[in-house]
Amino acid sequence: MTRFALIGGIYSNWRALETALADIGQRQVDATFCLGDLGAFGPYPDRVFPLLQQAGVLCLQGNYDNSLAGGLADCQCGYTDPRDNHFARLSYDYTFRNTSPIHKAWLGTLPMSRRLGVNGTRLLLCHGSPRKINEFLWDSTSPDGFLRYLLDDADADVLCVTHTGIKWHRDLGGGRHVINVGALGRPENDGTPVVYYAQLTIGDTVDVEFVPIRYDHQALAADMHAERLPAEFIETILSGWWTTCLEVLPQKERARGRF
Amino acid sequence: MDTVTSTAVVDLRHLDNLWIQVSGTRCNIECRHCFNNSGPREASFGFMTLDAVSEAIAAAGARGVREIYFTGGEPFLHPQLLEMIAYALTVAPTTVLTNGMLISDRIADMLAALAAAARYSLEVRVSLDGYSEDMNDAIRGPGVFRVALAGAAKLARRNLLPLITVVRTWDEDDELATVDAFVRLLRDAGCDRPRLKLLPALPLGRELTRIAGLQRDECVTTAMLDDLDGDLLMCANSRLVTDRGVWVCPLLVERQDARLGATLDDAASSYELRHQACVTCWRYGTFCSNVSAHIEGPAIGATLEVP
Repeated sequence: MTRFALIGGIYSNWRALETALADIGQRQVDATFCLGDLGAFGPYPDRVFPLLQQAGVLCLQGNYDNSLAGGLADCQCGYTDPRDNHFARLSYDYTFRNTSPIHKAWLGTLPMSRRLGVNGTRLLLCHGSPRKINEFLWDSTSPDGFLRYLLDDADADVLCVTHTGIKWHRDLGGGRHVINVGALGRPENDGTPVVYYAQLTIGDTVDVEFVPIRYDHQALAADMHAERLPAEFIETILSGWWTTCLEVLPQKERARGRF
Repeated sequence: MDTVTSTAVVDLRHLDNLWIQVSGTRCNIECRHCFNNSGPREASFGFMTLDAVSEAIAAAGARGVREIYFTGGEPFLHPQLLEMIAYALTVAPTTVLTNGMLISDRIADMLAALAAAARYSLEVRVSLDGYSEDMNDAIRGPGVFRVALAGAAKLARRNLLPLITVVRTWDEDDELATVDAFVRLLRDAGCDRPRLKLLPALPLGRELTRIAGLQRDECVTTAMLDDLDGDLLMCANSRLVTDRGVWVCPLLVERQDARLGATLDDAASSYELRHQACVTCWRYGTFCSNVSAHIEGPAIGATLEVP
């Protein structure tokens, strides 16, 4: 039996990351993978790098990491709404200014995807989708037939992604699974401050457990306040409701939220 | 020396988006900028049958379609639209593009029930082209503003948050103020969580007459595709089914050379980007899709194999 921890969407939330890594440390996993987006949204972007590196986490590039490493003008989330773009810019500019050149360069060395073979099961890990680093795979807009196409096209049995910030798991039958591992950086628009990572166990079957992480979110909010990050971001950390970057949410995911 | 340029040809990479012109070009209003000349008197395309729509959805489902869009004309003129939406939602997330004029309380109740019961998202895109009666109705016709806004509000009250689709008819400098005005309008009307989708005006149909003389003829050349993310083009990821066959994309439905065949299988061929509308798509990307489905960006490059 092989067990992996899969984390994603850290968004500079070093406090949630620290709590999650401590939790993972007690689970005797074979490896921990981070599916990208180390920075964004949260405070002190440089703090997540030593935590990930010391824990031996195997990281992938997300769109944010790709932008930071390449010195791009924005995060590549593709917003068209002026309000979303305003907040995306605040977040990106802050993260860009406060990520050291060494860490930016390191992000540029990370692969965009990773393939693993576990007892004949072919795993593909990537940030957005196997096609694009920034393609959103939401639960309500990823039909079974489309996911089967992605798996066929990528020669994979199990696909693990993040990018949207909301976890889900689809068992497509015949040992085929798609898992969005969720995000540690920001709660998932459900009115609680809890964040999630995924534990994947591969034996005779593929089992997925989403692990809730309760961390000192009040302290993170104080960090964000000290760094003069927008009140809207702090509100999300405290309340669990998304306040910005809402444009990309499909109807179902949007309707479940408050804003 | 003259530079030789050739028109670009694009292959269908994957059928991400199935567009269904369910009501043909039949519409209960007649907008000045309509790109396919829909209206009460137009009938270049007619209603599709329930069987034809179901067949197209099933065929697209077998190809791993990602999103289904109902368009027209005005889709709610079709008496079996709700039945079609119900089936589409069993296959993929589904969007209806409407002028909002026919959304009664009964229709809104039924749409909300369909949305709640489905695994996948149901999006209702309501077109509005002005934040005031004067601004909107000058484009969409007298009386349209109030009825469409009321239709959108009926959906919002049922937590089926409509996506308000607006064609840009203002200068870039006025963008922020215009978006603010739309947001205020929608909140006041009862859409307390406004969702806006801004579209470029298309040099097609009645819009071509409206802007006569402002556009020069141009087409997409192979050189123009050099630095472009080809996944953005609709012809690379979409097809449109109608009562008269399958077209390469919704924008080119009036162009006979854009008809690719009778079935989706026939229409999986490549397409030469001969038209001015192709330039709009080249410039703005697959703007017809919902933002949640947008796929612009770096392709997955380096893969690290772990034995």
